[in-house]
Amino acid sequence: MLDALREMLSYTFLTRALLVGSLVSLCAALLGVSLVLKRYSMIGDGLSHVGFGALAIATVLHAAPLAVAIPVVVAAAFLLLRISSSGRIKGDAAIGLLSTCALAVGVILISLSTGMNTEVNNYLFGSILSMSRGDVILSASIALAVLILFILFYNRIFAVTFDETFARATGVRVGAYNALIALLTALTIVVGMRMMGSMLISGLLIFPALSAMRLCKRFRSVIIVAAFVSVFCFFLGTLVSYLAAIPTGAAVICANMIVLLLLTAAGRLRERIL
Amino acid sequence: MSLIACRDLCLAYEGKTAVQDLTFSVEPGDYLCIVGENGSGKSTLIKALLGLKKPKSGSITYGDGLRQTEVGYLPQQTPAQKDFPASVGEVVLSGCRAKPFYPRGEKRRAAECMEKLGLTEMKNACYRELSGGQQQRVLLARALCATRKLLLLDEPVTGLDPVISAELYRIIQDLNDEGVTIIMVSHDVDCAIERARTILHLRTVPLFFGPAEEYADSEIGRTFMEGRD
Repeated sequence: MLDALREMLSYTFLTRALLVGSLVSLCAALLGVSLVLKRYSMIGDGLSHVGFGALAIATVLHAAPLAVAIPVVVAAAFLLLRISSSGRIKGDAAIGLLSTCALAVGVILISLSTGMNTEVNNYLFGSILSMSRGDVILSASIALAVLILFILFYNRIFAVTFDETFARATGVRVGAYNALIALLTALTIVVGMRMMGSMLISGLLIFPALSAMRLCKRFRSVIIVAAFVSVFCFFLGTLVSYLAAIPTGAAVICANMIVLLLLTAAGRLRERIL
Repeated sequence: MSLIACRDLCLAYEGKTAVQDLTFSVEPGDYLCIVGENGSGKSTLIKALLGLKKPKSGSITYGDGLRQTEVGYLPQQTPAQKDFPASVGEVVLSGCRAKPFYPRGEKRRAAECMEKLGLTEMKNACYRELSGGQQQRVLLARALCATRKLLLLDEPVTGLDPVISAELYRIIQDLNDEGVTIIMVSHDVDCAIERARTILHLRTVPLFFGPAEEYADSEIGRTFMEGRD
């Protein structure tokens, strides 16, 4: 297994993919805990579909993918926040509307221009070959930003996640923190989407949080375990995908699923023993 | 000087008037109970007192050195909190002021509040595994961290059995005896009369505001109590 890992690292594109992937996994795990606990799990799914639409637009316009995707997905994230806080349309319905709309626009644009080709397939299910040097720099800076902001505002993020009304009453600017989390989520999704695939990236937000919650009883340990689980599953999935020549995104999600099942079993076992 | 003084307060909720022409004040050390049927504007009034809702007209003034963000609030629990992974210590500490980390004084304050409510031994216990009464005590400790003067309790005994309710009421009484002002929203009017010093009966407009003994003898008070039996 170590030999396989060493062999993988001898390819520049794989080294890049591992670097970007583990940073994205780390960010997704941190943000995911808060999103899952606030019942916003599906926001990632909605945003990644919007990301697919944005990539389709970029293909038609022959523009750089990230230059189109980042502003569009960030705008969608703020739109979703606004809609769910205004209360006219419920949050889950709003996400359903937005994600199918974006998907429909994307499919129409693609069929009008290039037709369904490998590139489109890569957008949907990800490709490990798609990471450029620019992506490495971008993902590293986003990951750094997520980490710093998370550590700096950890206490307030906990307060806002646990009880928004109480936090607001004690003078915490809840809206700003929600916006911050939405912005960071949008950026994480855009960066991770092309490697993991827009159909699969939202799993990175949800799985590690749920896995960690099977075992841990404190918020802080949930965060730490989720981060470890996420990065571990990413490495495991990538390794398997390399050895078995299967798509990386799918392999990573399967690894996450196996870990979730194992930890669920472990949690049940512990409850029975104690 | 009053802790809170409301003058000609009007509050609207989604265009509909929820509270109208409300004038009342809360004095330091008071134990005020706000009673009224569902939809009588109690929840909207709470939001306004916490600064989460702007008055349509009229004013709310905070006095005696109380700032609006220094109200210790005990909200009704949300479904999301029922399976939230957090320790008792983490929840209580979240009532303190982070800037962005907790200064040592605030941590000490959280420890004092836990001690006061008998939570010190449960510090590392998981919040979601506690009983309903214990969870309310944790949230009360958190509210105490946020204030030294005023607690605002929203239906604190909902869903608790009589023994646990009595214990919680006793804790609230003890805090009041130590000088903490209490505002409690309740639809349990018998308990309100028994414990509170002052009653505000709300049905969009204030129907009664005054001492609890007077309320028990008033026509509106008697009607409301009989209607519930």
